[in-house]
Amino acid sequence: MSSQTNITPTTFSLYGQTFSSRIFLGTSRYPSPQILVEALHIAQPAMITASLRRQGANPEPISSGFWEIIKELKIPILPNTAGCHRPEEVMQIAHMSREVFATDWIKLELIGDDYTLQPDTIQLVPTAQQLIREGFKVLPYCTEDLVVCQRLVDVGCQAIMPWAAPIGTGKGPNNPYALQVLRERLQVPMIIDAGLGKPSHACQVMEWGYDAVLLNTAVALATHPVRMAEAFAQAVLAGRNAFEAGQMNEHHQAKASTPTLGTPFWHQAESSK
Amino acid sequence: MQILINQVATELSTVSNAITLSEILIQINPTPPFAIAKNGVFIPKKDYPQTEIIDQDQLEIISPVTGG
Repeated sequence: MSSQTNITPTTFSLYGQTFSSRIFLGTSRYPSPQILVEALHIAQPAMITASLRRQGANPEPISSGFWEIIKELKIPILPNTAGCHRPEEVMQIAHMSREVFATDWIKLELIGDDYTLQPDTIQLVPTAQQLIREGFKVLPYCTEDLVVCQRLVDVGCQAIMPWAAPIGTGKGPNNPYALQVLRERLQVPMIIDAGLGKPSHACQVMEWGYDAVLLNTAVALATHPVRMAEAFAQAVLAGRNAFEAGQMNEHHQAKASTPTLGTPFWHQAESSK
Repeated sequence: MQILINQVATELSTVSNAITLSEILIQINPTPPFAIAKNGVFIPKKDYPQTEIIDQDQLEIISPVTGG
């Protein structure tokens, strides 16, 4: 009858590397190492994020054996520069990450405001440029500001990561209009990073045509993180399939789905009067 | 000689006023993997044997942790 439906969405590329998964997961704040591992197994992320801190300084229970855990998973690692407030700090951490994690990938986080964790969009562009000059594959965490994003692309970022909302808030897309315009205006791969709280948020941005999502807290702090990881993976898949399927146009007026031609008793009440 | 390692004052036994980073690592034996910055500047592993550390230098020894 009909051909088999292929529900696997298309792959996408970042800096020439192809990814079949469109979900990126953070590794922080999980209740236990075991739950982290189970969540990663079920979500099958394209990459997982990690960071660098002073030895012995991190109180999170996972951190003591973190390296052994992520080594065994064999999922590509995306080191971040979380907590950096100055470009000089970013450069040092990026180089240290490259040595420790043996990767050129770097999630550029340069914080401009501690309350909102909003990126320092003024310093972000030259910092990204410097990292690219030094051979890094830069994924910059940025706002939805179209011009800043354009400048990031201009200096060589082959992908960008605008926020949906401030990190860890779970508010979902704060500025749907700007995010949709951004998606329409720029052609590079774009990953929504930060602020997603529910699978429907992820589905929404994927329906708009974003290439992937990066999230952490929404999964880690769910009552059942593993089930939430699965829910997000399904939502991302659904959203991408919807985008690729092409959505119908909205109409103001109702239009019956069932054909009206041949409707029994059609207008009989009026004609019998 | 006293230096700061991850903001903690640390006494090192030395025979001179300087010691190489490689020699310090033998004394403090950090858990791998790690990367090191001296006075805020990253020192690649290959440079450890040539990197001299003197009194009051600051070392940051950092390792992988969870991240978002």
